[in-house]
Amino acid sequence: MALLEIEKLSLSIGRVPILKAVDLSIGAGETMGLVGESGSGKSMTALTVMQLLPAAAKATGRVTFDGIDVLAAPEAAMCRLRGNDIGMVFQEPMTALNPVKTIGEQVAEGIRWHTGASRADAEASARRMLDRVGLPEAKFPLTRYPHQLSGGQRQRVVIAIACALKPKLLVADEPTTALDVVLQKQILDLLRGLVAEDRMGLLLISHDLAVVTDMADRITVLRHGEVMEEGETAPTLAAQVHPYTRQLAEASMHVPARPNRHAADAAGDNLLEVDAVVRDYPGRRRSPFAPAEKFRAVDGVSFSMKPGQSVALVGRSGCGKSTLARMILALDRPTGGDIRFLGSSLTAKSEAELKPFRRNMQVVFQDPYGSFNPRHTVERLVAEPLHLLDRQPSPAERREMVADALHEVGLRRPDMDKYPHEFSGGQRQRISIARAIITRPKLVVADEPVSALDVSIRAQVLDLFAELNQKLGVAYLFITHDLTVARAITDEVMVMHDGRIVETGRTDAVLDDPRSDAAKDLVAAAPDLKRAIRRRMMEQG
Amino acid sequence: MSAEPITPAASEGSFLSAALSNRSFVAGLIITGLIAAMAIVSFVWTPYDITRLEVADRMLGLSWEHPFGTDHFGRDILTMIMIGSRNSIAVAIVAVGIGMGIGVPLGAWAAARGGLVDEALMRFNDLVFAFPALLSAVLITAIFGPGAINAIIAIGIFNIPVFARVARAGALAIWPREFILAARAAGKGKARITVEHILPNIASMLLVQGTIQFALGILAEAGLSYVGLGAQPPAPSWGRMLFDAQTRMMVAPHLALFPGFAIVVTVLGLNLLGDGLRDVLDPRLRRER
Repeated sequence: MALLEIEKLSLSIGRVPILKAVDLSIGAGETMGLVGESGSGKSMTALTVMQLLPAAAKATGRVTFDGIDVLAAPEAAMCRLRGNDIGMVFQEPMTALNPVKTIGEQVAEGIRWHTGASRADAEASARRMLDRVGLPEAKFPLTRYPHQLSGGQRQRVVIAIACALKPKLLVADEPTTALDVVLQKQILDLLRGLVAEDRMGLLLISHDLAVVTDMADRITVLRHGEVMEEGETAPTLAAQVHPYTRQLAEASMHVPARPNRHAADAAGDNLLEVDAVVRDYPGRRRSPFAPAEKFRAVDGVSFSMKPGQSVALVGRSGCGKSTLARMILALDRPTGGDIRFLGSSLTAKSEAELKPFRRNMQVVFQDPYGSFNPRHTVERLVAEPLHLLDRQPSPAERREMVADALHEVGLRRPDMDKYPHEFSGGQRQRISIARAIITRPKLVVADEPVSALDVSIRAQVLDLFAELNQKLGVAYLFITHDLTVARAITDEVMVMHDGRIVETGRTDAVLDDPRSDAAKDLVAAAPDLKRAIRRRMMEQG
Repeated sequence: MSAEPITPAASEGSFLSAALSNRSFVAGLIITGLIAAMAIVSFVWTPYDITRLEVADRMLGLSWEHPFGTDHFGRDILTMIMIGSRNSIAVAIVAVGIGMGIGVPLGAWAAARGGLVDEALMRFNDLVFAFPALLSAVLITAIFGPGAINAIIAIGIFNIPVFARVARAGALAIWPREFILAARAAGKGKARITVEHILPNIASMLLVQGTIQFALGILAEAGLSYVGLGAQPPAPSWGRMLFDAQTRMMVAPHLALFPGFAIVVTVLGLNLLGDGLRDVLDPRLRRER
C-alpha cells in the first residue's frame, strides 16, 4: 500500500472551491512532483496532508497517511505526525526560521518534543543532522543565529529541521524558488541524497518543470484545483499527451520571435558607458572608534551599450548586479568611477539636472506586488514618470498617453481606473512595463522582471519585451540569474561574480561555451527541461 | 507565493463593513460620538445657566430637576459636565493637532534625509522624551501662567516626539519598497515622494496614534486642571470639578463621581476606538479575526 493516498480530495475555503476531486499517491521512497501555476492549489494540497489548513477551509474525500485517516484524525494525533513522520520544507528560508533562536536549538526542538530526548542527546542529534545537510559544526557552530547565515545555508537548516527525525514523508513547497540557480542545484542535490539515504517519500511542489523532471519519479499536473495529468515524469513530459502539459512545457522553453535581432546600431555612439565603477558599503564596525570596514559590492565594472541593444547581466544573488543597476539609474551614487548616459556623466548631477536623463531611462522591478503604491489608480501609477517631461500634459492628454501605453502592453483603456490589487501578477508586470515606456525612454533596466511569474505568464511577458524592443527600439539591460531568460531576449551577456564582470560576449556563445568558472557554474546549474527529459529517458532505458 | 500586499482599503465598502463588524471600534465610536454630541449640544442648550448660582440649592442629591445633583454653589452638575467636555475636547484636539502638525513632518523629514539630520532630530526627540511629560507641563504652565491656552501648548509639545517617532518608523519601512524606487526613477524628489507615497501609507498608523494621544491629552488636561493649572474658574472643567469635590467627599460623593466618570468613559471610548481602528486598518489582523 502507498505511503500517502489522497482520494477524491475536494477543498473549499468559504464558498470558493480550491481543490476538486484530487487523486494522488506516493509510495515509500518515491518522489512525486506536483506542478501547476500559482493558484492551482499545490500548496493547499500539501497543507491538507499536514492538516495545517486555514480555519475556514473544509475538506472532503480521503487522505490516508501510513494507515491513518488524516482528515478524521484529532489534533493531538496530527501533532505526533507533524515533524515526526511528515517533515516540511518551506519556500522562504528567510521567514521559516525563528530569528531569535540559534540553529542548534531550532533543530533540537523537534527532536526533544517528539522523542523526549534529553537536551544533550537532542543537541548531539542536531549536530549530526546539521553535518549531514552540509553545515559541519567546525564551520557553523550550533550557536549561530539565522541572520548570520546566507539564504542557501538557511534553507539547509530548514531541511535539517524537516529531516531530523527521519520522517517517512517530506513535503517540500517550492524549496528553491527564492534561491539562485547555483544554490538551487545544491539544495536539490542535498534533498535527493537525503531522500535516497533515508528512503523518504518526497512531495516536491514546484512551478518549474525542469526541476521536477530532474527530481521526481512521477508527476502530477494541477490546474485550477483539478488534476490534469499524472504519470511517470519523463514519458509524460516527453509525450505531452494532455494539452495543458504541452502548454506548460512549451511555455517553459519559450523563445520570443525577434526577427531583426541585431537592430542595434553598432557604428553609432554609445548609449551608456560604465567606466571602472566602484561601490563600497560601510560594513561592520569592530569597535566604536575603529573606522567601519568596507564591503565592496561593485568592484571596477566597465562596459558600454549601444542604442537598441539588449544586454543581459547575469550572476548569482549577492554578486552586485542590483547595486550596479541602481547606480546606472542614478538612484545610488558610485564610490568611484564614472557612468555616462547619452554622452554626459551622471555621477555628479543634481536631481534637477538629471531630469532629462531620467526621462530616457526607466526601470521594471522583479516584484509585481511591491512596485506599486497600493493606494493609487493605474492611471496615476503609469503617469508617474510623465512629470519628467518639459511640458506638462493636460489631464486629457495624460489620460490619452496612459491609454496608449496600456494598449502597447496589451491592457485595455478601462483598466486605468482600477487599483493594482485588481490585477494578476502578469498583468501587474505589464502595468510596470507601461509605466517604464510611457516617456519613450532609450534604455529600460529590468531587474529580474519575470522571475516572480508563472511559466506561461513569463513567456507572454518575454514576448512583450521582445516586441517593444523591435517596435520602439528601446535598449534593455536585463538583470537575471535565469539563463533561459538571458538566452531568450538578449544579444549580449555579461557574467558578474563578486562585484566584477568576469565574462562578456554574444549570449549564445557565452552560454554554450562558458569560459570563466562563474559562468560555468551558472550554466551547469541552470535547469533545462529538454536536457532533463533526455537524461531521465536514458536512465530508464 | 509572494508577500501579501497591503490592501488599499480594498474598496470603501469593505472598509466600512470591516469597521462595523469590529466590536471595539463600534463601541468606541458610539461612546466618543455621544461625548462629542454632548459638547456640541452644550453650545445651544444646557439644562441650566452655568453662571447662575443658587446657593439655596447647594449640594443637592440626584433628582429629576438635577439628574446629577448640584455643587457647592448650587450649579447643576450635568450642565458643568456638558460645558466642561468642550474644554477637554478642545484642549485634546489642539494638542494632538500641534503634535501631528509638527511631529509628522519632522519624522518624515528625518526618514527621508537620514544621516545627520535624522540623528540630530531623533536625539533631540529622546531629550524631550526624557522629561516626565506631565511634570514639565506643570512647569510650563507655572512659568507662563495657568490657563487653557498654556495647558494646550504644554500638552502639545509633548505630543511632538511621539508623532515624530511613529512617522519616522513608518516612513523608514516604506522607503525601501520598490514603488518608491520607481518613483525616484521617475525623477520625483524626496519631498514629493513623501507627500504622494509615504504619508498615505502611514496615515492609518498616525490615525491610531492620534486617538491614543487624544485620550492621553484629555487625561493630561484633567490633571492640569486638578492642580489648578488648566482652565481657570468660572470656566468649568472636569479636573477642576474633581478638585472642588475633594474636600466634600464625605458630604456629597456624587460631586466627584460624575466628573470622574466622564473622564473614565471618554478615555475608555477613545482607547476602544483606537484599538478598533488599528485592527480594522491592519489587513493582517483583520484576516486573523
